[in-house]
Amino acid sequence: MKKLLIALMTTTAALSLAATAEAADKLKACWVYTGPIGDFGYSYQHDQGRLEVEKALGDKVETAYLENVSEGPDADRAFERLAREGCKIIFGTSFGFMDPEVKVAKKFPKVMFEHATGYKTSDNLGIYNARFYEGRYVLGQIAAKESKAGVAGYIVSFPIPEVVMGINSFMLGAQSINPNFKAKIVWVNSWFDPGKEADAAKALFDQGADIIVQHTDSTAALQVAEERKLHGFGQSSDMIKFAPNAQLTSLTDEWGPYYISRVQAALDGTWKPDNVWLGIKDGAVKLAPFTNMPDDVKAMAEATEKKIAGGWNPFTGPVAKQDGTPWLKDGEVADDGTLLGMNFYVKGVDDKLPQ
Amino acid sequence: MDITVNILLTIATAATPLLIAAIGELVVERSGVLNLGVEGMMIMGAVGGFGASYLTGSPWIGLLAAIAMGAVFSLLFAVMTLSLATNQVATGLSLTLLGLGLSGMMGTSFVGQPGERLPNIDIPGLTSIPVIGRLLFGQDPIFYISIALTAAVMWFLFKTRTGLTLRSIGDSHTSAHALGIKVIRYRYLAVIFGGACAGLAGGHLSLVYTPQWVENMSAGRGWIALALVVFASWRPWRVLAGAYIFGAVWIGQLHAQAFGIPVPSQFLSSLPYLATVVVLVLISRNKRLTMMNTPASLGQPFVPDR
Amino acid sequence: MMRLELVKRPQRSALFSALSPFIAFALTIIAGAIMFALLGVNPLTAFNIYFIEPISQVWQLHELAIKAAPLILIAVGLSVCYKANIWNIGAEGQFILGGIVGSIIPVLFPQFEGPLVLPLMLLLGMVGGAAYAAIPALLKTRFGTNEILTSLMLVYVAQLFLDWLVRGPWRDPQGHGFPQTIQFGDSAVLPELMPDAGRANWGFVFALVAAVLVWILMSRMLKGFEVRVLGSSPRAGRFAGFGLNRMVFFAFLLSGALAGLAGISEVSGAIGQLQPVISPGYGFTAIIVAFLGRLNPIGIVAAGLVLALTYLGGEAVQSALGISDKVARVFQGMLLFFVLGCDTLIHYRIRLIGLALTKPQDAAKLEAAPKLKEAR
Repeated sequence: MKKLLIALMTTTAALSLAATAEAADKLKACWVYTGPIGDFGYSYQHDQGRLEVEKALGDKVETAYLENVSEGPDADRAFERLAREGCKIIFGTSFGFMDPEVKVAKKFPKVMFEHATGYKTSDNLGIYNARFYEGRYVLGQIAAKESKAGVAGYIVSFPIPEVVMGINSFMLGAQSINPNFKAKIVWVNSWFDPGKEADAAKALFDQGADIIVQHTDSTAALQVAEERKLHGFGQSSDMIKFAPNAQLTSLTDEWGPYYISRVQAALDGTWKPDNVWLGIKDGAVKLAPFTNMPDDVKAMAEATEKKIAGGWNPFTGPVAKQDGTPWLKDGEVADDGTLLGMNFYVKGVDDKLPQ
Repeated sequence: MDITVNILLTIATAATPLLIAAIGELVVERSGVLNLGVEGMMIMGAVGGFGASYLTGSPWIGLLAAIAMGAVFSLLFAVMTLSLATNQVATGLSLTLLGLGLSGMMGTSFVGQPGERLPNIDIPGLTSIPVIGRLLFGQDPIFYISIALTAAVMWFLFKTRTGLTLRSIGDSHTSAHALGIKVIRYRYLAVIFGGACAGLAGGHLSLVYTPQWVENMSAGRGWIALALVVFASWRPWRVLAGAYIFGAVWIGQLHAQAFGIPVPSQFLSSLPYLATVVVLVLISRNKRLTMMNTPASLGQPFVPDR
Repeated sequence: MMRLELVKRPQRSALFSALSPFIAFALTIIAGAIMFALLGVNPLTAFNIYFIEPISQVWQLHELAIKAAPLILIAVGLSVCYKANIWNIGAEGQFILGGIVGSIIPVLFPQFEGPLVLPLMLLLGMVGGAAYAAIPALLKTRFGTNEILTSLMLVYVAQLFLDWLVRGPWRDPQGHGFPQTIQFGDSAVLPELMPDAGRANWGFVFALVAAVLVWILMSRMLKGFEVRVLGSSPRAGRFAGFGLNRMVFFAFLLSGALAGLAGISEVSGAIGQLQPVISPGYGFTAIIVAFLGRLNPIGIVAAGLVLALTYLGGEAVQSALGISDKVARVFQGMLLFFVLGCDTLIHYRIRLIGLALTKPQDAAKLEAAPKLKEAR
């Protein structure tokens, strides 16, 4: 109990340190998160980006954030509050913030807005996103090399384009090594529920998968892999601490460099609304160190990563759709519009897309 | 064969926290008190258990801390509803609100820290017996506690004098009071027992199920436990059956998906709640069954008028 | 050894009726000050940002109205239930069903436009909420099923039903696969009251009107008398010829309709489409609001505003002082506990008894005396 109390006190002390004093000449940069920053996943990584901005730009900026903001009227208020409190640049980090942010941006033309993963822009609203699918191609190759059964278990949240695109890219990567590679897919209908994710991982392992991939945020699935002495990939943040013997690599979001460049632009007065889709070459999508695999696999993974960083797109033909109809001709590269609205599987995916 | 054993083990892990929390709440409700704060007590147990385990390095101390945390937190509810006769529904909901907030505050520094899992039982010679070995002798300690707890509560409620007294208080606190039974004292103990169980269930989440701390990690399991008590019509062995049915439906759904069978997950997920309503209707239709099982003074405040 | 004992007052204390909210608030402020001090924040600064700043700007008052409207609307309906000793705790589900049924027109018939759309939507929302509330009422009157438990269970069914709808049949085909329906057309959106000043919409007006109407119903009409009589003593009510079953339906349908109205007002006014989650627990928070307002419609308006203020204040300290949003929840929890605890003083006297010092029997005799008199 006493230790807990001490923990509570240190926690609160840390919190109070975060409370920064007002200063008039500083640029105020603000963030709105959909989850708690304590999720050690999506919102946590965005907040790490915020902390990097504080570290890199020091005295010149002041930051603030609102966490756990639900998508709806609360989001409208969150953006309006920050705009009125003197935030000069505001980052909305969830797709569901799109319409609230568009509304508030219209009302505050002098404030710079940035929205992650959306598709609406305006004079003072830019959008940014990360090409996670690039990393997933590498994961697919590693999985095909490392899986003895030739079957991966894939835990997914919701059938939105980003997730579908991730599954497709993973499968293309895997098939480039082993044309008969299979993935079993389980939808858990949640971004974040450790218990459900652990159960899904167990179910997939029990049905013969020996590598786990996830498009959900918690470390639970990897912990199951660790327990079963099998392998898996982390997501959002480097989860090696949770699975030192199981994590092959982790597909992490590194928002820091982007946030620093945008806040710097705001400081310099050169900010313009943008529409960027950052990938491995921009440092926004990163693969954690390759571990628990032989050197040749590691070398292959590094080579592929380099190839993608050099501008090669995993969605390069020939690629057929699930039903065998051709999608991309030999050498044809998928355009971003198709990817961002992706609602079909490529050949070899053993699942029916929930409609 | 191996896959069957694995599925059964997964179901057991999913069912254990539901079972423990529900057994605790069952005793509380049998005494005539409705504590809707199970979710709040559970999450407090989870953060307390993880915190103690993390700071001391011993998940066993974590286990004890989870129980203590749940019990202490439930005391707040007890003082309010029993000593101050506040409305139980409102107080229980407030308790959940407070628990979710407080646990988040306390757990800030535990985020992103791997926890140590409470080790599974391993009895040389027995655990390695094919098929039944791992099921009977190779699970986590809390699994055995949950089964023992169910048996103990069953025995206590229906075979002991004190249990009979407790049930009589739940049926009519005024007549129990007239007989000279210390209603409030019994209810205090029942509520604290319920809190300790909810805390233990939370500890199972952060020490066994997924050894880590993240905010809101109970993810609504406290509410399912509440449904379970009613589903079981306040019978311990039915709570056990219910928890395993809930767990089996959930795990079965995941397996069906992995097997390639698409399932409408929302319909399956709503089954437990619909089943609970149906069970409620069935037991209330039969007056004799109602008399036997439903604590008649459930949710009503009691103030001894001496 | 000390013991806490409640002694029933012969009648409710007018003094404590008036004082108790203030005592509770004072206690919350003290506890809050300690908490903020522990967090290393000057309590005065924190309180200023928490309670004063959010009501010192016009746009924030609008936000307060938006946040308070559903809470008040639902709580007013629930107060009638609770006064009648009928325990509907499933308002969250009725809110959701109101949102769903009210959205039938803009989602399935978006080409239908005009001034009729909105009134029809609101009406459908009320019907949806009332119909969903009729289930526990029917089960209670037909089979004697405990309504606390059935209404609670139906909340989860409603949540899952909405989830299924917006991910499945009602999903916007142009929505990039995101789980949401199409945006409502202009004639399906609840207009804002003063678009130039802030975002508050007609939902807040509905809440106020509902509060006044229910207040009239409860204090000026026979039905209100019936509710109170049946609530305090079903037996006396039966002698007076009031039907308990009719009352169960009345209370459930009324509270369900108001919760449904709140649901469709929120969907049409504040969100503009259906999403997997349309309520951050308004139906449950409203239960607390109903009790904070002492089941009195006018008190509920005040309580709804206070609770809405704690949400807004929580966000304000979060962005201004970097204090986590968990603090707001803890703060709300404390406020509720203190209010609930202090309200005990209205009906009871509390005494601390040193067991060795007083003989309870004597005290009992003393207490019994006035009661006997009353009985005669």
